[in-house]
Amino acid sequence: MSVSGLKRSTYGEAILEGFTYLLENHEEVFVIGQGLWSPWYVGSSMTDLDKKFGIERVMDSPVSELACTGAAVGASLFGYRPIVVHPRMDFMLYAMDPIVNQAAKWSHMLGGQAHPAVTIRGIINRGGEQGAQHSQALHSWFAHIPGLRVVMPATVEDARDLLIAGTLCDDPVIYIDDRWLYHIEEDLSPPRIHDLASLGNIVRREGKDITLAASSYSFHQCQQAADELAKEGIDCELVDLRILNPLDIDPVIESVQKTGNLIVVDGGWQTCGLASEVVAGTCVAVDPSVWSNPPVRINLPATPAPTSKPLEELYYINTEEIITAVRTMLEK
Amino acid sequence: MYPEYSVKELGFLSDPSFHNSPIDIRGCDADTLQHQLRMMLIIRVAEEKIAQLVIESLARCPCHLGIGQEAIATGISSFLRATDRVFGAHRSHSHYLALGGSITELMDEILGKASGCSKGMGGSMHLYGKEVGFAGSVPIVAGTIPLAVGAALAAKKDGNGDIAVSYFGDGASEEGSFHESLNLASSYKLPVLFVCENNFYASHLDISYRQPSDRISRFADAHNIPVELVDGNDVVAVANAARRLTTAMREGQGPGFLEAVTYRWRGHVGPDENIDVGVRRKVEDIDAWKKRDPIRRLADAMVAAGIMDNNAFKAVQTDVETEISIAVENARTAPYPGNNALTDYVFASLERPL
Repeated sequence: MSVSGLKRSTYGEAILEGFTYLLENHEEVFVIGQGLWSPWYVGSSMTDLDKKFGIERVMDSPVSELACTGAAVGASLFGYRPIVVHPRMDFMLYAMDPIVNQAAKWSHMLGGQAHPAVTIRGIINRGGEQGAQHSQALHSWFAHIPGLRVVMPATVEDARDLLIAGTLCDDPVIYIDDRWLYHIEEDLSPPRIHDLASLGNIVRREGKDITLAASSYSFHQCQQAADELAKEGIDCELVDLRILNPLDIDPVIESVQKTGNLIVVDGGWQTCGLASEVVAGTCVAVDPSVWSNPPVRINLPATPAPTSKPLEELYYINTEEIITAVRTMLEK
Repeated sequence: MYPEYSVKELGFLSDPSFHNSPIDIRGCDADTLQHQLRMMLIIRVAEEKIAQLVIESLARCPCHLGIGQEAIATGISSFLRATDRVFGAHRSHSHYLALGGSITELMDEILGKASGCSKGMGGSMHLYGKEVGFAGSVPIVAGTIPLAVGAALAAKKDGNGDIAVSYFGDGASEEGSFHESLNLASSYKLPVLFVCENNFYASHLDISYRQPSDRISRFADAHNIPVELVDGNDVVAVANAARRLTTAMREGQGPGFLEAVTYRWRGHVGPDENIDVGVRRKVEDIDAWKKRDPIRRLADAMVAAGIMDNNAFKAVQTDVETEISIAVENARTAPYPGNNALTDYVFASLERPL
């Protein structure tokens, strides 16, 4: 660790640090999910937690996404703060009832008397020719549901601190991380304990020419694009959409008031998705006279994920695509 | 008539020409029986009142009545305490009331009033009463079964001997959620009592057209969970089974499964008898099952044993009817939730406006 209190850490290590902090400092926290005693499932993000904290608090589970998620919701109504881990988000669809019908609604439909303080971690695990059922990024689905707080950390620090804030929050939280981020290395300060309800989306880099808004892995692609574009004298402002629900769109609106240009990049599908929502919300709030160009959305094609490598390359968003979109917009 | 799938494994329990005489109360404590009789009457009269409120269009939320099934929650609740955690489903007035849930708050809730047990946000299908151990009810079939398993996990971690109870019907046993939950509870040895109120109907459809056997507890056998299979219209039989199962559960022996065979006199939802919406349900069936009335069978046994005479029974009935009428009258005039309730309850804490 340096004198400033910063150390270098990867995204995966930061998640592990978040779990460690929670299990060390909060007796009411436990973790349940498939693969928690195996090194296969969750990369470096949960290594040896079972050995350190015991199998009663780090529970590997039967192949029962629904029952395990529902059980976590139930335990969260009685003083515990469980974290459910779905090592691959595609399988989490079995748990839609406990997430969408139960966790999201108990507070409201019981008059604010029951609060499922559960955190559900869904991992996006794609690429590598894994195909349609091992590749999905379904964050927009969850962000659609009132009553769920949905977070999607892009930075190493948020990978840890949003896990902590989500787990300590009294509301159900969907925490979504992407395995493509695990190797990313950044400075990491000691843990900061935030009240999740007080956090919003955030401008990570100021610029005057164009606003790029994105979450999670897409945010890193925007950062890389901005670095390249800076060499050409294009000055990008970057908004990290780290909290998808309740969606705090003000930083995007304020940014577009300044830049007059907006591209939203989202590694999910377009129809009724995050990028569409951010563009729509910004359009209705920003006067037409402010816009220099119509906004653009960059998403996945409206197809399931393919397997073969050339089709995968066509399917996923790459940084070059973002750079080209910026150049095209600003050349008009 | 369509061909049926089911093997009739339940025998006399599913045949209403049996088990219709006074129940066996030998060895029972008179005070407990008085309490159970009064509680079943409270549930019966409350649900009849609710039926009336639906007919008058004062209650507009879907109301699923369990008239005829009162003995199950009444018998089980004799062995529960406020720190236990009981989960219900769509037909849960009895589950809430049997724990001592407030009649006034139930009626307020059914009329959508802010003073209801769920602050007027739930109606009949979403009840809450944590102070009496009622953790909540919801109408997604089998939706609360895994939640009860999780509440049992919390209880096991606490180590105070508390248990969870999950009430569901025979239809719920056709959901994957049910099977996953039994496996999880049995593998982790969690103190959850699964209670199947087997009334043979899921909405309009008879179990004969839904499962290859009419005995739901066969699934518990498959998961190594101890089973009690009882006449669900015999409050003493239910209570004795619940005592055996809950005692073992509180001692750390894992889950239990109580299958209580019963019949609902009314239809799936609302006050009708639903003799016209299914394949098999006939008025003769309903009349036959009314002879297995859990309240009359207990009352007759108590009169025969000299614990109570008919006048005393009538006095209890009058007393209960008065109490419930007052609750309904109060509910009619109670205020609705304020407009702020629409957004206030979405999250526990709300720093930024929605």
